[in-house]
Amino acid sequence: MYDGETLREAYASVDAWVKRTPPEVIAQKQQEAEALFRRIGITFAVYGEGGDVERLIPFDMMPRVFTEREWRKLERGVKQRARALNAFLHDVYHRAEIIRAGVVPADLVYRNEAYEPAVVGIDPPARVYSHIVGIDIVRTGPEEFFVLEDNCRTPSGVSYMLENREIMMRMFPELFRSIRIAPVDDYPEKLRRTLASVAPPKCESEPTCVVLSPGSFNSAYYEHSFLADQMGVELVEGQDLFVQGEFVWMRTTQGPKRVDVIYRRIDDSFLDPLCFRPDSMLGVPGLMNVYRSGGVSICSAPGSGVADDKAVYTYVPEMIRFYLGEQPILKNVQTWKCADPADRMHVLANLKDLVVKEVHGSGGYGMLVGPASTAEQIAAYAERIKAAPDDFIAQPTLSLSTVPTFVDSGLAPRHVDLRPYCLVGREVHLVPGGLTRVAMREGSLVVNSSQGGGVKDTWVLAD
Amino acid sequence: MRLSVRHRTVYAFDAPMRWIVQSHRLTPSVCVSQRTIAWNVAADGGEIGASFVDGAGDAVRTLTIAGPVDRVEVLVEGEVETTDTSGVLRNHREAISPRVYLVPTAATHPDRPLTELAAAAVKGASEDDALGRAHRIAAAVADAIEYAPGATDAHTTAAEALEQGKGVCQDHAHAAIALAHLCGLPARYAVGYLFAGAGEDGVEASHAWAEIFIAGLGWVGFDVANRCCPDDRYIRLGSGRDAREAAPIRGISRGGAVEALDVDVTVSSSPSRSQTQQ
Repeated sequence: MYDGETLREAYASVDAWVKRTPPEVIAQKQQEAEALFRRIGITFAVYGEGGDVERLIPFDMMPRVFTEREWRKLERGVKQRARALNAFLHDVYHRAEIIRAGVVPADLVYRNEAYEPAVVGIDPPARVYSHIVGIDIVRTGPEEFFVLEDNCRTPSGVSYMLENREIMMRMFPELFRSIRIAPVDDYPEKLRRTLASVAPPKCESEPTCVVLSPGSFNSAYYEHSFLADQMGVELVEGQDLFVQGEFVWMRTTQGPKRVDVIYRRIDDSFLDPLCFRPDSMLGVPGLMNVYRSGGVSICSAPGSGVADDKAVYTYVPEMIRFYLGEQPILKNVQTWKCADPADRMHVLANLKDLVVKEVHGSGGYGMLVGPASTAEQIAAYAERIKAAPDDFIAQPTLSLSTVPTFVDSGLAPRHVDLRPYCLVGREVHLVPGGLTRVAMREGSLVVNSSQGGGVKDTWVLAD
Repeated sequence: MRLSVRHRTVYAFDAPMRWIVQSHRLTPSVCVSQRTIAWNVAADGGEIGASFVDGAGDAVRTLTIAGPVDRVEVLVEGEVETTDTSGVLRNHREAISPRVYLVPTAATHPDRPLTELAAAAVKGASEDDALGRAHRIAAAVADAIEYAPGATDAHTTAAEALEQGKGVCQDHAHAAIALAHLCGLPARYAVGYLFAGAGEDGVEASHAWAEIFIAGLGWVGFDVANRCCPDDRYIRLGSGRDAREAAPIRGISRGGAVEALDVDVTVSSSPSRSQTQQ
């Protein structure tokens, strides 16, 4: 929020509001916000901890604010990245020019567990594999944005973006009247249109889209039902769908209805027991055959995970140059691959200054934040790296930007990141906003909700 | 050689099933060693659709049957003209990189005895002679796992078969794949039919073998059980990283009944032009 001592222009209007609002009003508003979230029922299941697994994500009322100018740069950068990632996915399932050219190592792709031989040579409509790309971005200076990771499969959290805005608008209508904030509430409609735009060639009328969820025990089930509801499409589970002849059908009270586009929120390996894990009860037997013969579209396309692997991440700037012939607008964080002996030596010698992550991990689980760890924790982690070096990458500890956040003692700076959601169909679209995650503990750099992070509304101010 | 195939699979359920879906890999591969003269796959009461050619070059089709159904018969009948290419899969269009077939699955996962067997098999063999190493791998597996029907089942892994020292063609192929991987050679599981010859009625005509990728030659078949490379007695249907992926019929049925399976495969030779020329 501050450039040194000066308040960033973007925050001026919010700052003025905080200054003229009595602290007890703010405290009361915070309680109201939490009550609203509880009533709506957005909670988040936390794995790997005992006790109450359904927990409310802390919501911070202080919004994160971008000027339109700042956002335009981010937008160009995110869209560029989303296009390059999709070009990469099409390439590695077809001619693999990027591997032939020696830009990306063959084994990184072909021996990757997310690479799906079952979809080699298959052409998804519009050549799009990842239809919703969630790109995690941190800011380290006024003009410096770094991408932490790409999420090409089924990035979650967009329901928080929408609910956070909804609650802010209900609680502070006067702020939304006095400040021109770009709306995000058309996201579900944009998502629906994106899905409809990639309907298979065999679909000759208005496409029927559904959201396929693993069911109510899944931690993101709320989001699945929320998005289906907001888009006005059916929320289904595997047992609601079946394959007959050339198509996938949905059981309805009026009889079977053909399904053209499936926004799936289940992993590849559970999609179809006839193609992947035979013990999966979550998927639809025969679905992959219908998909591969062009009878249905699956979003994201099976096999998309090979683009968001943390080892593949290091090559995204090269992908942008290779496929688009452009210079990357957003930077990658310098990354050392522990699979590489020289990199590994550097990592092991500098663990106290680095952040180390599992290559296939997500959600902030199993990572080491060197500066925040004890000597014992670092020594134990070093053993894990030595035992399986291929499974780890390391990055420098970035001085993430902070934004003012309400804590017990009042407003205090806390580190944040940002996940905007880029929609890729026949057109590429970025909603002006996203999910700002905030590390609620002082000094903490881990923003994942599973690790005690909170969320904020994200504002893009109209010029 | 001109081979006639009749492959009948009957599934019988003790209670009617609500619904059945099968993925079929039941069409002869398009390659130099075989030319399809006639081929038909039929299933009573079912609908065959969702057809495509996958990245491995296999023609895949989907059978769906809406219940209630208590019996399904899949009948494959056809005639194929075969030639001997010494096991080399020639002019076979496929898009999957051979390097994908360096990745083990649960069935081909290497353990220590497999690793030791691989090392022993290629000991002293030239690093440059991939074909020679592949032949040694096939021979080592044949020596280590005795052909013994009934000793293993569909879920037996390469490691388990080696530990028992007994198995069938599926176990031989899985073990050969595991050894090839350990020697840095891409390898996969191939399925098809085998003409065992007149008077060999007891021999299973539905067959599986390993294919190993040799730089410069391409994919080469190794039939461990018969200690040979596939020749004109073989008809190839498709491949996968293991038996499950390559299965000619992979099915699922919903309804909870017990399934009884009856498979009957006959492969016979019929007089053909090429044979009379020989």
